[in-house]
This record gives sequence, structure tokens and C-alpha cells, in this order.
Amino acid sequence: MAKYNRTHRLSPAFEKGGKFYWLHGAAEAFDTFLYVPGTVSKSGCHVHDCVDLKRWMIIPVIAVLPAVLFGMWNIGYEHFVALGQHAGFWPIVWYGFLKILPMYLVSYIVGLGIEFISSQLSGKEVNEGYLVTGMLIPAIMPVNVPLWMLALSVAFADIFGKEIFGGTGMNIWNPALLARAFLFFSYPSHMTGDKAWVAGVDAVSGATPLAVASAGGMHGLAESGYSMVGMFLGNIPGSIAETSTVAILIGALILIATGVGSWKIMLGSVLGAVAVGGLGNLLAPGASSPLAVPFYYQLVMGGFAFGTVFMATDPVTSCQTETGKWIYGFLIGALCVTVRLFNPGYPEGMMLSILLMNTFAPLIDHMVVDANIRKRMRRV
Amino acid sequence: MSDTIRLKAGLDLPISGIADRLISRTVFPDSVSVKPTDFKGVVPRLTVSEGDAVLAGSPVFCDKLRPEMLFTSPASGTVESIVRGEKRKLLEIRIKCDGKGDAVRFDIPPLADCGKKEVTDALLKSGLWPAIIQRPYGIVADPSDTPKSIFISSFDSAPLAADWNFTLKDEFPNIQTAITALGKLTKGGIHVCLRRGEYAQAGFNRLEGVILHEVEGPHPAGNVGVQINHISPMAKGDKLWTVNMMLLPAIGKLFQKRVYDTSRLVALAGPKVNSPSYVRATSGLSIRDISGFFDRSSGDIRVISGNVLTGENVGLDGTLGFYDDTVSVIEEGNYREQFGWIKPFRLEKYSHSHTYLSSLFSKRKYDMDSNMNGGERTFVCNDIYSKVLPMDIYPVYLFKACIAGDVDRMEQLGICEVIPEDVALCEYVDPSKNPIQEIVQKGIDLMIKEM
Repeated sequence: MAKYNRTHRLSPAFEKGGKFYWLHGAAEAFDTFLYVPGTVSKSGCHVHDCVDLKRWMIIPVIAVLPAVLFGMWNIGYEHFVALGQHAGFWPIVWYGFLKILPMYLVSYIVGLGIEFISSQLSGKEVNEGYLVTGMLIPAIMPVNVPLWMLALSVAFADIFGKEIFGGTGMNIWNPALLARAFLFFSYPSHMTGDKAWVAGVDAVSGATPLAVASAGGMHGLAESGYSMVGMFLGNIPGSIAETSTVAILIGALILIATGVGSWKIMLGSVLGAVAVGGLGNLLAPGASSPLAVPFYYQLVMGGFAFGTVFMATDPVTSCQTETGKWIYGFLIGALCVTVRLFNPGYPEGMMLSILLMNTFAPLIDHMVVDANIRKRMRRV
Repeated sequence: MSDTIRLKAGLDLPISGIADRLISRTVFPDSVSVKPTDFKGVVPRLTVSEGDAVLAGSPVFCDKLRPEMLFTSPASGTVESIVRGEKRKLLEIRIKCDGKGDAVRFDIPPLADCGKKEVTDALLKSGLWPAIIQRPYGIVADPSDTPKSIFISSFDSAPLAADWNFTLKDEFPNIQTAITALGKLTKGGIHVCLRRGEYAQAGFNRLEGVILHEVEGPHPAGNVGVQINHISPMAKGDKLWTVNMMLLPAIGKLFQKRVYDTSRLVALAGPKVNSPSYVRATSGLSIRDISGFFDRSSGDIRVISGNVLTGENVGLDGTLGFYDDTVSVIEEGNYREQFGWIKPFRLEKYSHSHTYLSSLFSKRKYDMDSNMNGGERTFVCNDIYSKVLPMDIYPVYLFKACIAGDVDRMEQLGICEVIPEDVALCEYVDPSKNPIQEIVQKGIDLMIKEM
């Protein structure tokens, strides 16, 4: 069979005792990137499905691409709008590309570097988890975050969020969100406020819809010119890839169609947000209160959509049981909107609500599994 | 007449080379063998030495702890060699056949006069007792136990498995005799599961003295463990027995003709078999005797006694296992596929997941091989396993408890309800390529040791 290669193998220099053994983790990763390993099954099943973790992990990377590409355009768009200039499509995209490229370089070089080193130390193969994490970290950063901060947050998330637990599959919190949380608490001035969101323009304030809504409710949104349609399409200030709900929905469709992302978590989160947002609407004292923002606005503002689709569905840190996924998703949406509506200090609740629910996911699962165990033990 | 169990979870593997319903040859073997490793929970003690003459039904080894449990030769001849492995572990007793077909005549009273003791004794001395497998743990049953009930699945849903509607269609009287005999071993009755809509040909629905159930759904619907989980879920301390349907004719012949006869129709199937079909043979059949059927034109092949999910890689020098009536032959996948995982379409390979676009429209059968299609990773995905395991258990939690060796937790999570064959599909679909059957088997071994 010509289409399969029976002779290709990794250079012996990378094997134990070879000259470049210290690089074997990285070499192996690149080698298996190009060629599927030639290992055959030794025990149990003699045939295996052709899906592997590389394939599984490349799906979220593809799914997040529409949102990132839109974000790239939006960076340029917000920049030229703030300057009061008109620019064509390609200059806008080019501007965004130049902003985003160094962020992705930093994310992948630092992150994969740490993965290679830890694989070398542990003797295990490099896990593909960072492919996704590396794609997500810049996507949820404000565009003006300095690159050294980005590098620091990537290193923190990878080492303390993942490797100390034993690598992908063992971590408790979503590493990408941990990176953002790390920066949020370490350098709050760079992560919030009005200055963070529009690239290359110092004097112009680009307040996000969430900040506006938190301060002035529906009046604020109307004055700033933020409409439901605009926020749904996404040409508003915000973290790089979180602004366009349309682009994120395309990603959600990819995740659900391939079965990689759990639709139960996504739907649960939307239901949670609608429930609390609707409750807020009922309690709202007047149109300038943040409570008065219609519940469906909550679904398109800030990081809700991005978090629901790409962060909450992380298979490792979310609930593992099907019943648990509904509870977990619902609580993420509900907590996020609760923080938005009832917390005057900080208008965005998605990051912290997902991290909090990551923490409680094992507890939810424990209760679900325990019910199954009790059922088994009751049999006579 | 019976209740129907509808199962949704599962997967009928689209592998090519299903055996045509025709008998292409009767194999008169040069040599046959008995493999102590086929029998779980048995410590073998040899009762013959090289050069001894044996008849069909003569004991070749027994269980060390229960010496009345004998394991017998499937054909007459002389003991040619005794194969041992590491630490002198007994692997195989090979018998050179003389072709005469002489058999031991067992002294068994007429079935109508037999009670539990007589049936047990007859099965033990004839070497057919090991046909009875105990749940939990999937080990050879202990003759001193009385099971809650006996479960028999009348169809094998595994990929490329022999079609018992075809292979057992002339065995009805023997099967009925076997059922009558086994009925004396339990007071809980014998449960027989039929595949919905597909049992008339062999007439399994006409069996008397049984409780019938109909089962519908993809593999592993035919696994007796799955059926037990839905019909009579195991409680702590329960002991159930299961018998492989394919071995019932041998039990029937023991009580009718008083001989040990494990002849069976064996399916030769898989992508690397030329004209897949059935051969008439016996347990312990030497693979050499059927190697003419194999397609060795393109590289190495793997010969499996059993199906591609749970069988044993026996190689060209191996033999057919006691519990197997399928020989599956696939290609060894020791090649490097370029850009495998990154292709949008992967037309030559099958994936149960929807991560390849080709899975959306392709309904073809695939020439599967033994390539792992990826490197081993930690468990990452969580919802794909229960989609191929139609049982009320949480698979990943159970696997992790097995890895941790936590006996209490394993028991709580249902280790007593599964044996490796039930979780074989979980291993097949696993993107992290964990050896799940091995993990579960180690968990079971630990349970046996600790209990």
C-alpha cells in the first residue's frame, strides 16, 4: 500500500543514548504531528477508532477560528473608528493581524516550550491539550495587554494550572481562564477599565457594553449606541475573540456537530443566564438600573457566549456526568449574570463563574455518581 | 411471550470480511491443543506427560484446588508437546491427532434420572464444566455454588462473529437437552435472550424450560453481561452463571451420546481472509490447518481467535480457543500514515466520532488493521464511553477506580457487573487509546484476590 509509509522512523539520534536525546520529547511531538505512530495494539481490542486526541483537540481550535478572525478584523475596525478615520477592509484586517500575530507567537512559543520541557522531564509524550489552550488564551485577552504579561500568564497557567497536577486530563481549572484570572488579579489596571480595549489609541475611551450597562443600564447602552444587533454581530470593544456572537455560534455548531463540545453544558448555561436575567428584569426599579437590561442582552454581551461555548465545555474541567453537565452549565450562566447584575465593582462575571464551577464540578459529579451507587447498593 | 429490551447505546463495527453462510471445508486436524490460559480462575495441574495416548474426552489437566474439575482433549492421539512460558507457566498442551476419532464413553445415567449432583459430576469429568462462567468476574464457575439463575445469550453481536442462526440451526435437539440438564443446576431458571426478529431460523424461540427475552440494538446487545444488567441486575453477593450458546450442543451431546464432542462451525472472517466462510472444526483447532484461507499478499497479518474486539492474538502457530467459534484475520498496522489526524476526510479509516467529515456520509465497510491510530494519553473525553456501553454504570469512574486499585470504590461503581468484553467498545472508541480491557481485567483480578 503506497499511501502508508512502512519505512519512516524517527532518527536514532533522538533515542535514549543518542546525541539529541534531550530533545526527544519535542522531536517525537513533531514526528507524530506529521506521521501517525506505527504502534499496533498489544492488548484488548485489535482494532482502534481512527480518532485520536490530536484530532479531538484540533476541532476546538478550528471552531474558535471564526471568532478569532472576526476579532482580528474588529481590532482594526475599533482602532480606525476611534481615530475617526475611514479605512478599507484589508488595511483593517492587516492592522488586526499585526496586533494578533505576536500574541499568538508568544502564547504558543512559551506554552509549547513548557509542554516540551515537562514531557522531557516526565518521559510522557507531549499532550495536545495546549493546542487548544494556546489558541484560547490570546482570544480572551484585551488587545492592549503587554506581551511580557501574556508570556507570564501563559507560563503560570501551564505550570500551576496543569503540569503540577500531572498534565492535560488531570487539571482542575481551565488553563486559559486561569491565565486571564492571573493577569486580572496581578495587573488589574491593564485588564479592566476603558483603556484596555482599543488598540493604538491612548486618549480615546472605548468602554465595553458591560461597563456601560453596569453604570447606566439601558439608558447607558442607548447613549453609547450599543444595540442588540450590533452586539450580536460583534463590532464593539471587548476581548479579542469574545465580541461576535455570530462567529461564536459558528464555533458552537462545529463543536456540537462533531460531538466534541457538550450541547448540554451550552444550553444549560444559556438557560441559567436567561433565568437570572429575567428575574433581574422583573425586579428592575427603572430603566437606568443594570437590572433593567433585557435578559437576552446578557447572552450577547461580554464574554458570556465565548465562555459558554469554548470554556465551560472543556471536557477535563467540566462535569463528567450527563446529569451533572446540566447543573454545571445552568449554574455557570446563572452565576455569571448574577455577578453582572448585583455586583457594582466588576461587571464581567463569566471568567470567575466558570472557574468557580470548575472547582465545584467534582462535587456535582460526586453527587450524581453517588446516586448511581446508592441505586446499586439498594438491590437485593 | 417475552419482554423486549431496547438498547440504543452501542456500535456495530463496519469491518469488512463477514463470513458467507456456507461451509467451505471440514478440517481434519493434524494436531489440536488445550490452552489452560483460556480458563479464567483456574490453576492448572497437568495429568499427562509427553507421549501419553489420549482419547477425545481424556483429561489432560485439572484444577489444582478442585481436582475433580477436569479439562479434556478434543481429539484422540498422543500428547506431542507441553508448552510452558515464563516462570514455567503452562500455556498449551498439544496433541498429535491419530485421525481415528476414538472417544471416551462416559458413564452417565439417563438425563431424566439425573439430579444436580449427577449433572455436575458429568460436566466435571467430561471437561465441559468450564463452559459455565460465573458472574461476577467472568471466571469458571465453582461447582459447589448454587447460582441465582443462568443466563444464555442466543446471539453474538460482536463484529464478524459467527452467526448462530446459521451454525446452530441443526443443533436444536442437542441445545434443548443441554438446557434441560442445566435447568437442574439452578432454581432461578434459565434466561435466554433472543435477538429481536432474528431467531426463527435456528428456532431458539421454541426452547422449553427457559425464560425468553428479546433484545434489540447494536453490539454489545448480545453480551450476556449487558442483558443481565437489564433483566436482573446483580446485587452484592449475587452469583449468576452464564453459558456460551455455542457450547450448548457439546453439553447436549454429552447427555445424549455420552461423548465429549466440541466440534463446531467456525467463522473465518476479516479483511485478510480470502472468501470468508465457515469451516467445520473443533476447539483447539490449529491455525496452520486453515492458513490457506488467509490473504498474505500485502504485509504481515494478525490471526485472532475470537472477534477483533476481545479475541486473542494467537498467530499462525496458534490454536482456536475453547470459547471461540470465530477466527478473525486483519492486517498488522505497523506503518506510519502521513498527516493522518489532520486530514479533513479520512476515507480509508472508520471513526465512530464525528470528527472526520467522511463519517457524515460514508456507509461502507472498512479494511481495519491493528494500528492504534494515535498515541496513548490520559483520559480526557467523558461522554463517548457511555454511548457504546448500554449499562447503568459510569464507565470512566469505574476505569479510574480500577487504575487506582480502590476495591471498595470498584465494587460500588459496578465492577461485579462487567467483564472486559462488555467494555471492549469503550476501548475501541477511546481517543486516548487506554488499554481499558486490561485495566478492567486487572481490577477484577484484584477483586478476586481481596475478597
